[in-house]
Amino acid sequence: MAGVHISTTINGDMVEFACPQDETLLNSLRDRVGLTGVKEGCGTGDCGACSVTLDGRLVCSCLVLSAEVNGRNITTVEGMSEEGKLHPLQEKFIEHAALQCGICTPGFLVAAKVLLEDNPKPSEEEIRYALAGNLCRCTGYDKIVRAVQAAGKEMRKKRR
Amino acid sequence: MRYEAPNTTKEAAALLAKEKGQAFVLAGGTDLIVRMRLGMTEPDLVVDIKNIASMQGVTRTATGTRIGAATSGAVLGENKALIKAWPGVVEAVNLIGSDQIQSRCTMVGNLCNASPAADSVPAMIAAGAKAQIVSPKGRRTVAVEKIVTGPGQTSLKKGELIESITLPKPLPRSGDAYLRFIPRTEMDIAVVSAAVSLTLERGVVKKARVVLGAVAPTAVIVPAAAKAIIGTKLDDAALEKLAKACSDMCNPIDDKRGTIEYRTKVAGVLGKRAAKIAFQRAGGS
Ligand SMILES: Cc1cc2nc3c(=O)[nH]c(=O)nc-3n(C[C@H](O)[C@H](O)[C@H](O)COP(=O)(O)OP(=O)(O)OC[C@H]3O[C@@H](n4cnc5c(N)ncnc54)[C@H](O)[C@@H]3O)c2cc1C
Ligand code: FES
Ligand code: FES
Repeated sequence: MAGVHISTTINGDMVEFACPQDETLLNSLRDRVGLTGVKEGCGTGDCGACSVTLDGRLVCSCLVLSAEVNGRNITTVEGMSEEGKLHPLQEKFIEHAALQCGICTPGFLVAAKVLLEDNPKPSEEEIRYALAGNLCRCTGYDKIVRAVQAAGKEMRKKRR
Repeated sequence: MRYEAPNTTKEAAALLAKEKGQAFVLAGGTDLIVRMRLGMTEPDLVVDIKNIASMQGVTRTATGTRIGAATSGAVLGENKALIKAWPGVVEAVNLIGSDQIQSRCTMVGNLCNASPAADSVPAMIAAGAKAQIVSPKGRRTVAVEKIVTGPGQTSLKKGELIESITLPKPLPRSGDAYLRFIPRTEMDIAVVSAAVSLTLERGVVKKARVVLGAVAPTAVIVPAAAKAIIGTKLDDAALEKLAKACSDMCNPIDDKRGTIEYRTKVAGVLGKRAAKIAFQRAGGS
């Protein structure tokens, strides 16, 4: 099978790699680019562990072909901290113990960041709907919702 | 597998027609890539339509609205004019999956995947949507209800693909609505669904279309349910008749998510509720 050559922007850096034409973005990010913060839970769009943004929109990287992302703009959990400083969401997830095993956490962080950028003060219901595509099987959703609320508060303070 | 991303519909149709092996259109990939991952589909060629300008976006035309086949659910949900014109269609599309899925899924992919439970299909049919089909030989326009012929089966021939969906301009005092029943509140497949589109004249239902999903091999139009409410102000007797007509039309599967008896009953309930919402949206009281 002939491969494809991809050059795309990931977390602000231009990245190039080659892969088979039917490889998913999830596999390329993990195995070729080395961004193992992107997790595989189900591989079929149900769990959200593989969430990344593609041109600003939240997607499951397991349901994107790498061949589609030439010249696009991707962000992953690795792009959230700035100059070694954690993003407020990351800080609040730690503070609120919103993670246990942590496999779902990168997906939740990426999805919650998209939510808060779009809606700085979401209600609990809005948070639960926005994160419905992210599954966690050990922490429980309550702590995650609280952490997102706290991060939203923190981010609103900073903006003022 | 070969991946192609042409810039025109014509090129896409030519690629699909020429391929000797299995060829598939790739829109959002939320069905196709899942099937590939599960080994249910092994394409030799995948033709990505997202780089085709005429397949992207929502445009107003003289006769209504044109939706490019590659337009995602998220983009449709951000279009205020479309929500105003066809709220039921947009709410149906936006029920598909999570935010992650919305960023990618399309209503044409939902249609062509041909699941009996596809959420956007009953709403499109109730709205009188049409599909513009392109092949190397030319184009044709068909009503959306003519596309799906059975579970996983469509009437599209080799080399044909859908370029856009058109929705008519709603008549004055019209409304539409879509409801589905699922055992949880998000991220599930419809056990039963109902779409209703109607138009009022002097407060009385003049025209109506009632369509059910997930209760038969394809979405079904229920003419008797429409007839039950035409000429009425949606009084209780008319709604009961509509519910009975919906239940009578059901030919559902029996599984752990819903027995035949349950699905048949709920079809009538959802039909009534969707009719009430559509009536309200049309300005009825
Ligand atoms: C986690 C998850 C949740 C989901 N939840 C729901 C739900 O709640 N309700 C629901 O109805 N569905 C649901 N789905 C199924 C799926 O998301 C929808 O059916 C979606 O609308 C498919 O659109 P797509 O653009 O991703 O299609 P694709 O996967 O790109 O295509 C689907 C099929 O249609 C064909 N096709 C696509 N575009 C065209 C075209 N223009 N012309 C001809 N053929 C074409 C493809 O070749 C393929 O066979 C879910 C899927 C996942 C993974
Ligand atoms: S791994 Fe992509 S959604 Fe589960
Ligand atoms: S922390 Fe283990 S799945 Fe969420």
